[in-house]
Amino acid sequence: MPELTLKEISVEGHRGPRLAPLDVPAEGETRLLPADRLRRGAPGLPEVSEPAVVRHFVNLSILNHHIDRAIYPLGSCTMKYNPKLNDEVASMPGLAAIHPLQPEELAQGALAVVAELKHWLGTIAGLPAVTLQPAAGAQCELTAVLMTRAYHRERGNPREEVIVPDSAHGTNPSTVNQVGYRVVTVPSGSDGCVDIDALRRVVSEKTAALMLTNPNTLGIFERRVGEIARIVHEAGGLLYLDGANLNALIGLASPGSMGFDFTHINLHKTFSTPHGGGGPGGGALCVREELAPYLPTPVLERTGDRYHWTDDRPRSIGRVHSFYGNFGMMVRALCYVKTLGASGLEEVSREAILNANYLKARLQDAYQPSYPGYCMHEFVLSASRQKARGVRALDVAKRLLDFGVHAPTAYFPLIVDEALMIEPTETETKASLDRFADALLAIDRESQEDPERVRNAPTRTPVRRLDEARAARKLTLTWRDLEDEVGRA
Amino acid sequence: MLDRIGAKSLEELWEAIPSEFRVAGSLPLDPPMAEYELTRRFAQLAEQNADASHYACFLGAGIYDHFIPAAVRSILSRSEFATAYTPYQPEVSQGTLQAIFEFQSMICELTGMEVANASMYDGATASAEAAHLATGANGRRVVLVSKGLHPHYRRVLETYGAAGSYETREVAIDQGATSIESLRRLLSPDVAAFLWAQPTFEGVVEDGKALTEAAHAAGAYSIAAADPVALALLRPPGEDGADVVVGEGQPLGVPMGYGGPVVGFFAIRKGDVRRLPGRLAGVTVDLDGTRGYVLTLQTREQHIRRERATSNICTNQALMALANTVHLALLGAQGMREVAVQCLEKAHYLARRASEIPGVSLANGGAPYFREFALRLPGPAAEFLRAAEARRILAGVPLARFDGGRPRDLLVAVTEKRTREELDRYVETLADWARSRFGARVAEAACRS
Repeated sequence: MPELTLKEISVEGHRGPRLAPLDVPAEGETRLLPADRLRRGAPGLPEVSEPAVVRHFVNLSILNHHIDRAIYPLGSCTMKYNPKLNDEVASMPGLAAIHPLQPEELAQGALAVVAELKHWLGTIAGLPAVTLQPAAGAQCELTAVLMTRAYHRERGNPREEVIVPDSAHGTNPSTVNQVGYRVVTVPSGSDGCVDIDALRRVVSEKTAALMLTNPNTLGIFERRVGEIARIVHEAGGLLYLDGANLNALIGLASPGSMGFDFTHINLHKTFSTPHGGGGPGGGALCVREELAPYLPTPVLERTGDRYHWTDDRPRSIGRVHSFYGNFGMMVRALCYVKTLGASGLEEVSREAILNANYLKARLQDAYQPSYPGYCMHEFVLSASRQKARGVRALDVAKRLLDFGVHAPTAYFPLIVDEALMIEPTETETKASLDRFADALLAIDRESQEDPERVRNAPTRTPVRRLDEARAARKLTLTWRDLEDEVGRA
Repeated sequence: MLDRIGAKSLEELWEAIPSEFRVAGSLPLDPPMAEYELTRRFAQLAEQNADASHYACFLGAGIYDHFIPAAVRSILSRSEFATAYTPYQPEVSQGTLQAIFEFQSMICELTGMEVANASMYDGATASAEAAHLATGANGRRVVLVSKGLHPHYRRVLETYGAAGSYETREVAIDQGATSIESLRRLLSPDVAAFLWAQPTFEGVVEDGKALTEAAHAAGAYSIAAADPVALALLRPPGEDGADVVVGEGQPLGVPMGYGGPVVGFFAIRKGDVRRLPGRLAGVTVDLDGTRGYVLTLQTREQHIRRERATSNICTNQALMALANTVHLALLGAQGMREVAVQCLEKAHYLARRASEIPGVSLANGGAPYFREFALRLPGPAAEFLRAAEARRILAGVPLARFDGGRPRDLLVAVTEKRTREELDRYVETLADWARSRFGARVAEAACRS
C-alpha cells in the first residue's frame, strides 16, 4: 500500500502548531488592502494535524536509501559519510538565525567562517582567489564561463568556442551553451584520456576555454594535463577544471600546479555536506590571482581586524546569488576540514583511491573494466559480458537494490558501453566494500544461472520497476492532476 | 587490501600523477581539532553575530524571520532525507520523490499555476531562468524588469542575461509600485517578458492583473516573483494571468541562515512544460500497478540533453524544498492565512504608530503594502539603526544600500513573530532617537520638507 498524499489524508479543520493570538488591534484585511488584490478563500493546502504530518514524512523517509544506511557508490557523486557535528554546529542560532543584511559589525563571526573556508579551499586547490557565492557545481561552471567571456572581451574578442571532452559531465556542454559559446567536443583516445592530436586540431584562436575533468569520469588521471595546458594557453584560451572528482587529489596534486586557471569545488561532494536528496549543494570557485577581478560581487575584504563586503569591483561579472551563497554549507565544510586538519585531509584521497582499487580488483574478473591499470578514486566497469547473457547494466543496477545497497551511476560516461561507474569513497570500511563486491559477484552468477531474476529486479524494494515512459506520456505532476486522473478512471 | 590489488605500496596506485604536479610535503593548514574544541570554536564565532533569538529582527528584503515549527527541523534532520542523493534510482527514493511531488502540488496551489519544478537555487536565479524560458518560447530578446523587483535579483538577471540570451531594461516605479506608464512606453515587439514582484521590494502590493494585461497586449510573457507567505492572502499571480511565477521559498520553514541555503520555486502553465528548467517528479505505476513516483521529462535536462538542455542546473535545493513542504503541511490552509494576516496587521500597526512620530513618514505614501514598508526618518537611517541596536533591535535595512539618494529611508519588515511589546519598543526607540537627535522643532521641519 503506497503512502497516501497529504491531500488524501487532509481532514477539514485539522492543523499543526498554532500562532499566538494577534496582540495588536485588528483592522481587517479588507480595510488594509484593496478588495481586488485579495485571494478568494484560503489556498488549497491540506489540513493535517502535527502527528499525522510527522507520520506522513517519517513513512516517506523510510522508503529512501541513504548514506547512513549503506554504501552509496554513485560515480562522480562522492557520497561519503556526513559527520553529525557539522549539522549540529550549523544549527547554532548565531550561525542559522542571522540575516544576510544585518550590519557587518554584527556578523563578524559569519564573515570569519567565509574567510577561513576560502583560505582552506584556496590552499587545497593551489588557486588562491575564491568565491563561495555559487550554489552548486553547475553554477560555478556558469560563473567561470561568464568570467572567461569577460576576460577575453577585455582582450578585444570574447571568442566563440569552448572545448569539452566526450567523457565530460552533462553540465559542461549545457553551461557552455547557456553562456552563448559553441561546444566543441574532443574525443578520448584508446587510453581513456583526451586525444592530444585531436585536441591540437580543434584548438584555435576561437578557443575561449577547455573544460576538463581530472581525474576524468573514467577515474583515470589525465597524465598529459601539462601538455594540454600548454596547448590551450598557447592559443590564448583558459583551462577550467571540473572539480567533481577532487576527492582523488587532496594533498596529492593541486589543480593550480597542473596549470588550471580555475577549478570548482562541490562542498556537497568532497567536503561532506549532506546532499539532501538533490541539494543544497555548495560551490566554491577557485581561480588564479589574474582572474580575481572578474569574480562575482560582493567580495569579502579585510581591513585591519574587520571583515566587510564590497561591490567595488568594476571588472566583476556581477552577482550570481540573492545573497552570498549557501552559507550553512560553508559552516559545515569548514567544520569538516578543521576536524580532519592537514594530516586528515591528506588521508582522504589516499584512502578513497585505495578503496576504489580494492573494489576494482575484486570485480574485474566478472565485469569488464573500461580501461586496464590502477584507477584513481572511481572506476568504470562495463556490463558487456552480462549483456551477452541478456542482462543489461540497468538490470544489474536494479538487482543491487535488492541487496540493500545503492547502485552505481549507470550508462555514464557515454563512451563506455553498458557503463557502471563506481565511487566507493574513503568512508566505507573493507567490510562494506566486500558486501558490495559480493552482491555484484552474486548478480554476475545470477546473470549466468537465472538471468530472469536479474531482469525482474528489484523485488525487495518499496516499489518494483516503475514505468518511466508512462510518467512522461501522461504527465501527472500535482495533486490536481492526480485527482483528475482518478476522476476519469 | 594492497595484496588483493597486487600493488607493492600505496604510492604505486597514484603513480599516474606526474611528479611535477605532486604536492610537496604537507598542506600548509592547521592540525586536526576534536569535536569539543570545534564546538567551542564555532560557538565563539556564533557569539560574534547578532541572532534573531537575542534581537528583535525587523530585517526583510527577501529573507524573513518567520516562525518555523519544531517538526520541520525534526523531519529535515532525518538521515533518510538529509543524506540521500538525487533520486536516480526511484525504487529506493520514493520518499524524496513523493515529497517533491507534494512540493510541486503546494507551489501550484499557492501561485495559481499548473506545473512547478522540484526547486531552483534561490529566488534570484529562478527569476533569471524564467527570463531565459520566455526568450526561448517567443524568440524575443528584451526582458523588462520592474524596479520593484529586488535589486539583487535585478543584478543576477543582468549577470545571466550577459550570457547572451537576453538584454534587460528597467521599468520605473512610482511610490514603490511599477509605473504602468513606464511599462507601456517600454513594451515593444522585441520584448520577451516583463518581470514584476508581488509584493515589491518595498512591500507594495501590485495590481498584477493590470501589469499582466499590459504585457500580454504586447505579446510578452508576464513573470511574477512572488512572496509565498503573501500568496496565502493576496490574489495569486496565476489568477492575474501570469505565465511564470517564481519566488523565494525561505519564508516557508527555512532558517535565515545568513541568506543561504534558501530555495527558489518555479511554476508555469502546462503548455511550457518542455521548456521547464530543473527536475520534475511525476506519478506512474510499477510492474504490479502500484502507484509510484519518478523524475520525468528528463530529456529536458543536462545529463541527457547536454548542450541542448533547458538549463545547466543539476543539484538544486531539495532539502529546503522539503522544509517548505513540511512547513506548509503543518500550517495548512488556515495556518498560512493566519500567518499572512498577522504579518499584515502587525506591519500596519507599526507603520501607523511610527508615522505618528514627528518627522517620520511612509516613503511610499498611501500605497497598499503587505508585511514590509519603507519608513522615511528625520535623519540618517544608519544613525537610528545604531541607536536601535543598543536596545537589541535590528530595525530595518537602510535603503541607501541600494540607492545612495535615500539616506533617510529604512525598509522595515514585520512578521507574525514580532510581539506587541517589540513593536512598542521599536516605536519608543524611534521616538526617543528622533527627539534627542533633532528635537521637536527640527523634526517638524523635516516633516514639512
